[in-house]
Amino acid sequence: MSEPVTPLAGASFDGLVRVTETGPQGMIVLRCPEDATDAREAATAVTGTKDPALRRAAVSNGTGILWMSPDERLILVPRAKSASTVAEMQAKLAGQHALVADVSDARAIFRLEGDPLMVREVLAKLAPVDMRPDHFEVGEVRRTRLAQVAAAFWLEQEGTADLICFRSVARYVYDLLCTAAVNGSAVKHF
Amino acid sequence: MLTIQCPHCGVQAEETELSPGGEAHLSRFGPGSEDQDFEAYLFFRENPKGVHFERWRHVHGCGKWFHAARCTVTMEVFGTYSAQTTEPPKALRDKISEKRPGWTWRDIA
Repeated sequence: MSEPVTPLAGASFDGLVRVTETGPQGMIVLRCPEDATDAREAATAVTGTKDPALRRAAVSNGTGILWMSPDERLILVPRAKSASTVAEMQAKLAGQHALVADVSDARAIFRLEGDPLMVREVLAKLAPVDMRPDHFEVGEVRRTRLAQVAAAFWLEQEGTADLICFRSVARYVYDLLCTAAVNGSAVKHF
Repeated sequence: MLTIQCPHCGVQAEETELSPGGEAHLSRFGPGSEDQDFEAYLFFRENPKGVHFERWRHVHGCGKWFHAARCTVTMEVFGTYSAQTTEPPKALRDKISEKRPGWTWRDIA
């Protein structure tokens, strides 16, 4: 198989926070009815984490499950394991009403690191989300809009945010994040 | 600026994160129906001053459709509820009656 190539070749930027294109990251979408326990168990079996509660991330070290909607989960695995994980899950869920698809090459993933309040501020500049520390908690996944495009992000811990967007808009999102994080642009709202 | 709570993911979504889906609770009249019914289904829409029921989609969030009841004058959102229903839930209608006594919308009151 050919080597996975990330859209921005691991670009990074230092400003109010450090913006890095991480990845390659294995990403698998799982869609199934809300009460499909088999499908949920197939996901937790490959990640070793629990099925996240409403709008939660159950991720550690790039492996885990993100709650995307009532009937959708995004499973994060190492990039090299995504194809085999999909095959494994598909075999387990054969005949069931569930979709397992490898979307690793259809997404880009970024990481924002730095001062906890600045990470929140950079995201708050771009997304219509209440980023106050007592409103947006660590481990909460938010699917939203980043300026003009869809994105999802969560705080891995205070001062570290991971953000996923479509690969086709990776450059746009990276430029947005860099602009929002440019030195001298701190609003210090939080 | 509207903020509407998505009943599926619980997010207090700001208007730009949502996509409007037009008037709620339309009955479809398709091929074989009377011309008058078909015309009404296609073109006749409520334009109320006050209580209104609409469809919305949490397009930049969980992607789900839902219904919302709001006031077109004050932009107050009375509540949101499932898309899989043909009329607003009783609890929501009672809540609206408390705030806007005597309201009607189409044949709902």
